[in-house]
Amino acid sequence: MASTTTHAPTARTYLLVFAALLTLTASTVLVAYAELGPWHTAVALAIAFAKATLIVLFFMHALGGSRLVHLIVLAALLWLGIMLAFTLADFWTREADKRIRNPASLSAPRQARHFLL
Amino acid sequence: LQAERIPLAHHFSNLEQQREVATLGMWAFLATEVLFFGGVLTGYAVYRSQYPDDFQEASRRLSIPLAATNTVILIGSSLTVALALHSIRLGNVLALRLFLGATLILGATFLGIKFFEYSLDYEEHLIPVIDFDPEKWPANLTMAHGALFMVFYFILTGLHAVHMLVGMGVLAYLLFQASRNRYSEKYFIPVEVAGLYWHFVDIVWVFLFPLLYLVRI
Repeated sequence: MASTTTHAPTARTYLLVFAALLTLTASTVLVAYAELGPWHTAVALAIAFAKATLIVLFFMHALGGSRLVHLIVLAALLWLGIMLAFTLADFWTREADKRIRNPASLSAPRQARHFLL
Repeated sequence: LQAERIPLAHHFSNLEQQREVATLGMWAFLATEVLFFGGVLTGYAVYRSQYPDDFQEASRRLSIPLAATNTVILIGSSLTVALALHSIRLGNVLALRLFLGATLILGATFLGIKFFEYSLDYEEHLIPVIDFDPEKWPANLTMAHGALFMVFYFILTGLHAVHMLVGMGVLAYLLFQASRNRYSEKYFIPVEVAGLYWHFVDIVWVFLFPLLYLVRI
């Protein structure tokens, strides 16, 4: 149990993580101006998730933290995932649902554009 | 003399146990905070998927350079808070005070830029309900949907700013206590717990920055 204190990162690790976070920030801005078509949001969220992971693991010492801390992190992600997945599974499929119920509208152009794709 | 100042609560058998319980409590609170911000972000995802072009048009009127500067400032403040904890772990009280002070200055700078941004939003008529009448709004887009984006923008950045104010209050208290030599290499639990909170506020901004400012579909 006492091992949690001894696993604290060194100042060098903090500076390296800081440099990585700055690099990722610069890349997320540059990528926003790139021609990625429909993939902008997916890439931006992937970079944000990478930054958050670095902060949680190194700045917040989840790496080398107790199992209970790991459990809480995973629980937060799981419940956030449930909220997003079930809500968006509804809203993002309403258009398709309408088409299935009314096949005549199949020839009509698709109205709503997808958030990610 | 130093040992007398270590406030070990009587229901803990040792400081390490007290430390683990305190940090675990903060982690549990932060898990609820994930869902607190996650709720607003879920609503954002729903409406952005319905009105992608209007959201993009409204987002274009926000300043990417200011927000990017703020991102760098906040990441820097996460570094200084991490170094503050690192310093007091090694028993360096002076470095603890310096890094806490630096974090407070960076936090205040972030909020200063944020409120300057709000004033720019006001000048560009981007305030829903009060004054939403942006110039050159494309005729094929619905202005109300752009206003909806700005509602999410103000709620998300506003909640984030409130969290920063709370964090700065806690850090100011830590700095005050550090100036009275209340922390040492043996006792630094409050610095660690406050640090966890501050890093979380940083993570929230890491997601708000691309979702609010970098809307390119």
